[in-house]
Amino acid sequence: MKEPGATEAAAREVLLAVENVSLSFGGVKALTGVSFDIRKGEIRAIIGPNGAGKTSMLNVINGFYHPQQGRISFKGVTRNRMRPFEAAQGGIARTFQNVALFRGMSALDNIMAGRTLKMNRNFFWQLIRFGPAAAEEVAHRRRVEEIIDFLQIAHIRKVQVGRLPYGLQKRVELGRALAMDPDLLLLDEPMAGMNLEEKEDMSRYILDVNEHFGTTIALIEHDMGVVMDLSDRVVVLDHGTKIADGVPDAVKSDQAVISAYLGVAH
Amino acid sequence: MPTAPNARVDTFPKLLIRNAESLRSRPAIRHKDLGIWQTWTWDQVLEEVRAFSVGLSLLGLKRGDKIAIIGSNRPRLYWAMCAAQALGAVPVPIYSDSVADEMAYVLEHAEIAIAVVEDQEQVDKITSISERLSGLQQVLYDEIRGLRDYDHARLKSIDQVQALGREALAKDPQAEAQWNASVAQGKGSDLAIILYTSGTTGRPKGVMLTFDNVIVSAENGNLFDHLTADEEVIAYLPLAWVGDHVFSYAQSYTAGFCVSCPEAPETVIEDRREIGTTYAFAPPRIYENLLTLTMVRMEDASRFKRRMFNFFIEHSRKWGEKILNKEPVPLGARLIYGLGEILVYGPLKNRYGLSRIRVAYTAGEAIGPEIFRFYRSLGINLKQLYGQTEAAVYITAQPDGQIYADTVGTPNIDVDVKIADNGEVLFKSPGVFAGYYKDAEKTAETLTRDGYVRTGDAGFFDPKTGHLKIIDRSKDVGKLTDGTLFAPKYLENKLKFFPNIKEAVAFGDGRDVACAMLNIDLVAVGSWAERNNVVYGSYQELAAHPKVYEMVAEHVAEVNRSLAEEGVMAGAQIRRFLILPKELDADDGELTRTMKVRRGLIADRYGALATALYDGSHEAAISTVVTFEDGRKGALNARVAIRDMDLVPFKPPVLEAA
Repeated sequence: MKEPGATEAAAREVLLAVENVSLSFGGVKALTGVSFDIRKGEIRAIIGPNGAGKTSMLNVINGFYHPQQGRISFKGVTRNRMRPFEAAQGGIARTFQNVALFRGMSALDNIMAGRTLKMNRNFFWQLIRFGPAAAEEVAHRRRVEEIIDFLQIAHIRKVQVGRLPYGLQKRVELGRALAMDPDLLLLDEPMAGMNLEEKEDMSRYILDVNEHFGTTIALIEHDMGVVMDLSDRVVVLDHGTKIADGVPDAVKSDQAVISAYLGVAH
Repeated sequence: MPTAPNARVDTFPKLLIRNAESLRSRPAIRHKDLGIWQTWTWDQVLEEVRAFSVGLSLLGLKRGDKIAIIGSNRPRLYWAMCAAQALGAVPVPIYSDSVADEMAYVLEHAEIAIAVVEDQEQVDKITSISERLSGLQQVLYDEIRGLRDYDHARLKSIDQVQALGREALAKDPQAEAQWNASVAQGKGSDLAIILYTSGTTGRPKGVMLTFDNVIVSAENGNLFDHLTADEEVIAYLPLAWVGDHVFSYAQSYTAGFCVSCPEAPETVIEDRREIGTTYAFAPPRIYENLLTLTMVRMEDASRFKRRMFNFFIEHSRKWGEKILNKEPVPLGARLIYGLGEILVYGPLKNRYGLSRIRVAYTAGEAIGPEIFRFYRSLGINLKQLYGQTEAAVYITAQPDGQIYADTVGTPNIDVDVKIADNGEVLFKSPGVFAGYYKDAEKTAETLTRDGYVRTGDAGFFDPKTGHLKIIDRSKDVGKLTDGTLFAPKYLENKLKFFPNIKEAVAFGDGRDVACAMLNIDLVAVGSWAERNNVVYGSYQELAAHPKVYEMVAEHVAEVNRSLAEEGVMAGAQIRRFLILPKELDADDGELTRTMKVRRGLIADRYGALATALYDGSHEAAISTVVTFEDGRKGALNARVAIRDMDLVPFKPPVLEAA
């Protein structure tokens, strides 16, 4: 299904590239000399066994961790380190492995929160919520409502997020990330802990986001079936190093990947 | 140009033109989209429908063609019906949750030329069966999500088609006149719509209804319930169901009221609350769910709230219905009821979105009398009606002020109902359908020689109230050896209305007395056991407990008492019953997937018990196979007690001259 997409992706421009990135925490090496790129409009999966450094990689990309070595170029700007607000303002949004929502707030307010960076009026204007600030809020609300419609969560719009089932919380989190109108969306295990039906729904939404908004997506996922179906290209990490990179079919039959997953002695 | 009063406007497109003139900027339809109610007025709807219709004619839709409509309740899908009818084409709404295979049959049988669908889900289904649909030329969709990359050779959005129509109307001054002429060409005796009935047995049948059928029925309904252009209605039931077609389309066009389409199926309750419906329809299941939800939420409420709730609900149970029926009620009770309205009933009705309700109907199945009374005692005018696709809904309905939990009312305006010798309900009305599409044989089977329609339901007129009572499907109705009418479902429903009884299977056809096998409801009886210090280890143990038998026997006695008062049914009181040691289960084939009991199969599987019910023994042994949820099978052995009941004396029924 995704084969033509993959060849297309190869021709597209590079949105983000990491070059020779190494990251360590004290003596523990999380990433060693990892390089790969994410091209515009593709769905890029990062996979690997537990502790392979996948989440560390995402944290490096959105500036939460600062690598000791290596460079990150995003939209043509090369930096040694990304700072979180640069990443956010530059158009990188993410979801988290464990749901990180404001549990006491409604789904609507959570997604609205995703628009904060896009709001021009300062804190005090927003506080009085009057005149230009109100007009701005209406405009943003429209975008948020489009996202709510897109993710089919109208029925929980005003429900406190903490009271929602897990699958819906994940969807709200995706909504909040989408509210930033990101160029690059990082999804950290979007399907962890979901049942089959929820996984199918989530896969549908990820594909739709990619198709409908043209958002580039990088995702970490453990469910191999999902990864192989969704992604255009896959990069495989093991013990902090890159062991394979390519289209799903090539990666699936790669000996190093099979060994890493089946635990052959290194 | 105001239309002369009483001038028969005999098709929906003509009604639309009339409404656009007389009601102009009054709301005609609403849809909640992006969290906001979007409203179209009658003149806007006319513009939308005209553009859509002209667009459809440019796609090649001709008089007599069939157009499928598949999706949830959305303005554009309703417009598609009228747009097609304006061209003399016939809309065929199809249940949107049917799987592709079922859909293929209807699409093929109805020779669909164009399908108007809601979204990608439906487009995918149609694509998957497209090679079987030779006549299908175009698929039009409302919602583009996910469809961007599809091959658009035979696929268009409704917007595109409307744009096509608008362009033609703007370019060619003759186009509008041509369209008006096409509308004028339609007449009341033309085919308006084909509705496929789901049919529990065999293939679905296409019920053909003419404009006269639908419009006269709808107008009679308006008259019966005094519906005006001021009603607020929410459309949430399947488009393919005759009820929705009449309530949300025909009655809106005839009475001129506004129909609101919910944002999503999940938001209906919330949306209904925002709209404040005045005229509503729901199957019993929906009222049951609302009530259960309320009770569960009340269990979690603070003690003060709970006590207040219980006090006022108890009070409304005593007086609420009397007040609604305008019977004399002591002043004190009235005052307390007024206080309850402020503290409990009002807020509850607001929760349900029924604060402004004038008329609420329930139909389709029997509703539990407790549930029925609960809503009525809150001051909600809940009524029952009995109808069929073949009748364009209305056969009987309860007039205001004559409401009984167990009847379906008196014949509607212009409807003639009679009972056949075998107990089957027959009717004749202006709504009587034009026949099943391409099935003259079935049509002939359904009509009697003198033009009555056989409903397939057995019923009788209650001598006390003069209302019709439906007892069962007529093919299931049998007779005891002494000739007493025996309607298993009627007994089973009466038994199942007790929360403690989950399922009931009644036997008696060709026997000398009626007997029943019962299932207890584990949740209800479990909580009863907790309160009454009944200790049990398993379902089987609880089901066999003498105290449980004692309690259930009281319920059965109650059923017998109520049967004794019902003339023809009085002889079929339950003589003996037993409680089954396992829950009847669809996995074991004892229930259908829609949770209907399979009497024959149960009589077979529990043969030893069925025999024991009738041979006078007080205990019987049974061993049967149980399927667990994970698919494993196990054996179940049990000894089951059988309880004798006393019959309540009754006056033998006076048989009416047949």
